[in-house]
This record gives sequence, structure tokens and C-alpha cells, in this order.
Amino acid sequence: MAYTVTTQTPASRIAAILGALAIVVLVALPFFAGRGTIQDMFFILTMLVLAQFWNLLAGYGGLVSIGQQAFVGVGAYALFGTVILWGLDPVPSILLAGVAALVIAVPTAFFAFRLNGAYFAIGTWVIAEVVRLLVAQWKTLGGGTGTSLPRDATRDMWFVEIIEETLGVRSAAARDILAYWLALILALATIGGVYWLLRTRRGLALAAVRDNTEAAKSVGVDAGRMKWIVFLTSAFGTGLAGGLIYMQKARISPDAAFSVTDWTAYVIFIVVIGGIGTVEGPIIGVLVFFALQSLLADFGSWYLMTLGVLAIVIMLVAPRGLWGLLSERTGLHLFPIRRRLTGGKLTASEE
Amino acid sequence: MIWVDTIIQGILLGGLYALFASGLSLVFGIMRLVNLAHGDLIVMGAYLILVLVTLLGLSPFIAVFIAMPLMFALGWVLQKYLLNRTLGDDILPPLLVTFGLSIALQNALLEGFSADSQRLPTNALTTASVEAGPITLGVMPLLTFASAVLVIIGLNQLFYRTELGRAFRATSDDATTASLMGIKPANIFATATGIALVIVTIAALYLGLRANFDPNIGPARLIYAFEAVIIGGLGSLWGTLLGGIIIGVAQTVGAAINPEWQILAGHIAFLVVLLIRPRGLFPRAND
Repeated sequence: MAYTVTTQTPASRIAAILGALAIVVLVALPFFAGRGTIQDMFFILTMLVLAQFWNLLAGYGGLVSIGQQAFVGVGAYALFGTVILWGLDPVPSILLAGVAALVIAVPTAFFAFRLNGAYFAIGTWVIAEVVRLLVAQWKTLGGGTGTSLPRDATRDMWFVEIIEETLGVRSAAARDILAYWLALILALATIGGVYWLLRTRRGLALAAVRDNTEAAKSVGVDAGRMKWIVFLTSAFGTGLAGGLIYMQKARISPDAAFSVTDWTAYVIFIVVIGGIGTVEGPIIGVLVFFALQSLLADFGSWYLMTLGVLAIVIMLVAPRGLWGLLSERTGLHLFPIRRRLTGGKLTASEE
Repeated sequence: MIWVDTIIQGILLGGLYALFASGLSLVFGIMRLVNLAHGDLIVMGAYLILVLVTLLGLSPFIAVFIAMPLMFALGWVLQKYLLNRTLGDDILPPLLVTFGLSIALQNALLEGFSADSQRLPTNALTTASVEAGPITLGVMPLLTFASAVLVIIGLNQLFYRTELGRAFRATSDDATTASLMGIKPANIFATATGIALVIVTIAALYLGLRANFDPNIGPARLIYAFEAVIIGGLGSLWGTLLGGIIIGVAQTVGAAINPEWQILAGHIAFLVVLLIRPRGLFPRAND
């Protein structure tokens, strides 16, 4: 009997079936859920996308960035720029938001890669500040006070009319539903894409670089190139998410779009609480984060303080996060990437 | 003449940034730890001085001497019982723990003192100025700069003239071997962070006397401190002072051209140095 290499496990097969069911429910959600739920789900899905990309960067690439708000902000401003200045429809502009973040990511990486470890972290933060201050000088997009998407641009957005007619909702609700579906597509593509990347040759190289850069280099992995690939990929995805988030908000200001708390601190907490370096972690993390927010949002700064302390405790007690704890105890992997040999016999005594 | 004045003001402002940065530089030099809560600890120091001034009716210059041992104790405990547990080969735990600490501290200050800006009470001294030829210099900026120079001289003396300094250097070079010689790295690290927080308290005094502060300004102070450290070269204290001066001059010159460019000019100066001399102006051997 021949050996075969598999990555699937029984648990992952069940997870795949349950996942497919969940996707069907999520796609159909606007048909039976209210507007509040749709908005909450939009928030969860977009935070999940940001978390997955930060996790790719920090958990797999070993690049702890505190400057992801640069890409959210640039993506958001690119969307507003193309809609307001070029008169483009907001929906295709989201793609340009990703491209703009990618373009900004090249010089950012050029500077930030000169710094190591913790200094890389603060370096990315400085660059995000520079971008924020520069954008605040851009008077046609409202300068420091910001601006709104023009009313006719949001009203005539692609697909909005079809959604209005099919679901029988008002224009504002239809826009939320459109944003929700786009966020769902983006989240699924992100999780699928990250999972696919981790299972390819590049993913293996990435894991090798994460575990031991020197050893990885010695077997021929180009560590520098892996860093670039991860950094640019996550900038592109973060930019897409930024464009989408601000398409839904329809109102932008530099302080909000480049907020380190909203787009980086929350994201870091989500990944750390859920479990860094796993695909499952950010999914668990975003659910815990949302639950905490619903419970504690009225307490304002107590809420952020709790998150900060929780992140410290988790990092000290269970550095692999909630998912890490669970998967250690049960051996469960919903998105397995480990390659295992099955079949065949260990005693090779055919002769 | 206005330009000479601008540049001198910038140099003196650099003294404040060097004070922000010295603590960061010290901690990094000894244990390769970057404390992302450094800026928030400076702001916390300013609130501590404010509380002492308000409760005991002291002058801020007296209150700072009560605040220093308190902050030293805080730093010692923080390092010994929290940050030491994060040290190791993995860079994630120290970064994420200090980042969590930064957010927690910021919001604790926000809860305790509200978002209103505060200022330490000023007296005749803090608004006085001296004439130096055609240029007028504030006593406060001069005092700040002098304190920064004194702190750096003091730290250098501590490092190269005392037993504790020898222990610092030994632990920094090789903690395992140092521990064979009877040094307890955990306590050395705790003492270093304690000293860093004493410097933070001095920085906090001048921060609070020179300008308004509120719980949210910590991260920006961290960024200035970080830029000064990187420009100067990791581990070089005089380099850190020069880095602070470069940021300070860039900011005042930027502000003289257009008030909106003040902060941006400082960041750009940092990026230019990073482009030309990625390891800073006075890099130490290998880090």
C-alpha cells in the first residue's frame, strides 16, 4: 500500500461541512435579519479581515506592525478620492483602494525593513503618522476635518437598486446589505486565500522563516522575499478592507481613518486573544472581541483597559491564545496545514 | 536672526526629546526590550507630580523628588514581575505585553483624570527668560536642556564608574555568563527599569511645566523618543541627545515655515536619517 500525504483530518472535514453551512446562512442573512444585525455582522467581518492580515504579517511573517492604520486610511482615502475627484462608482473603487495601499506599502517596507523587531513596529507607526499628516494637508478631500461621500454617488451605487427591489428595503438599508455582502466575500476570500497560501510551497517557506530564519535560509528559502510578499499582500488586503469600511461609513476624517486604536490596537487584541499564528485564532478572537464590546461598550475607557489587561494576561499565561489552548487540549485543527503521512506500513519487509 | 533663534529653540527642545529618549535607550541597551508604554509612563509621571502638587501644595520642583522614588519602585516591580516574564528569543511577548500595558495605562489615566488637558502650576521662574546678545532664551528650555545633559553625564558615569554599571554592562553582553559571576539578571533588569522611570519622572516634570498634557499624548512622546534613539544609533546616549536635537530643530524649523508642518518635519528628518544612515549616526557594535 502506498504512502499518501494528507493535510485533512476528520475534524477538518466536519469543519468544512459546517463551514459550508455557515456560509449559506451568512449569505442568506439579509433575507431574515434586521438592519442592526447586518451592521454588527459587517463590523465583525471587516475586523476579521484586518485581523487575518495582521496575523499573516505578525503570526506567520514575524513582522509586528503597529502601522496597519496607514493602509486602512490610504485605502479609505483612495476610495473617497476616486469617487469625489474622478466620479467613479464606490464599488469598483474598493479595488483601487487595495491598489493604493499596495503602492504606499512599497516605500513603507523600504524604510521599515531597515529596522528590526520592536523597532520595525514603531517604524511602521511613524510612517503611518507621516501618511496621516500628509493626507490631512489634502485640502480637496477636506484636510484635517475630512469629508463625506457625495449623496448621488452613494444613492446610485452599483447593485443598490436591485437589492432595494428584491428585498423590498429602503436605500440606506440596501447600502448596508451591499456592504455586508462585499465584506462577506472579502472575509471568505481572505480566509480561503490565507489558508491556500499557507498550504503552498510559499506557506511552507513562510513557516520555516517564522520558526528559524537562519535555518530557513540555509535550505534555500529567500527570507527577504518572503517578508516582502507577506507585507505587500497584507497591505493590499488591509487597503481593501479600509476602502470597504469607509464606503459603508460614507464619512471620513484623517484622525478616524488613521486611528491606531481602531485599526491596529483592536486588531492586535483580536489576534492575541484568539490565538496568534493560526487561521482559527482571529475567528475566535473577533467573536470574543465583539461579545466584550457589546457587554462593556457603555463603560468607555474601562472597556479598553480590560482589553489591554486581557491581552497582557493571555500573552503571559497562554501565548497561543484561546484557540491555542483548545487545540493543545483536544488536538483539534479546523484549518490543518501540517502535512502527515498516512497509509503504507512502517515495517518495510516486502521481500 | 530669526533663523538663528529658531534653530536655538530647536536645540533646546531637543533636550526634552533626549530626556524622553534616555530611559528608552537605557532599557533597550541592557535588555533589548522596547517598552511601547514608555510614552504613557511619561504622561503618568506628569499626573503623579500633579497629584503631589495639588495634594501637598508643593512646588513641582520639590514634588518631583517625591515622585522619583515612587516611579523607581513602580519600574522595579513592573520589570521584575511582569516584563521579565516576557523576555526571551521571541519578540512577540514583550511587544504585545507592553502594547497592552500602553492601552491599559492610557485608559486608566483617562478614567482617573478625564480627557481635560492639565498643566503643572508655573511660577516666575518658569516664565522667566535671559538675554543672550540679540536672542532671548527661556529659562525653562535652558533648564530642560541642562537636565538632559546632566542625566546623560550621570548615566555614563553610572555605566562606566560604578559596580552597578559594570553589572549592567555584563548583563547586557551576556546575561547567562553574568549570572555565573553572582549577578542576578532579573534584579539587574528591574533596577535598570527603575532608573529608566526616574528619568521618565524628570522628563515628565518638564513636559508638564512647558505644555499642556492629557492622557492621550503618550504615544506621540514614545514616537519622538524612538526617533531620537534611532537617529543617534542604538545604545549611544550622546547619540540620543543629538537625535533629540535633530528632531527638535527639524520641528521648530518646520513650524517656522508652516505651523502645520511641525510634527511632520520631525518625522521626515527621521526618515531621511534612516535612508542615509540606517544604523543611526553613532551605532554601537552589533545589535
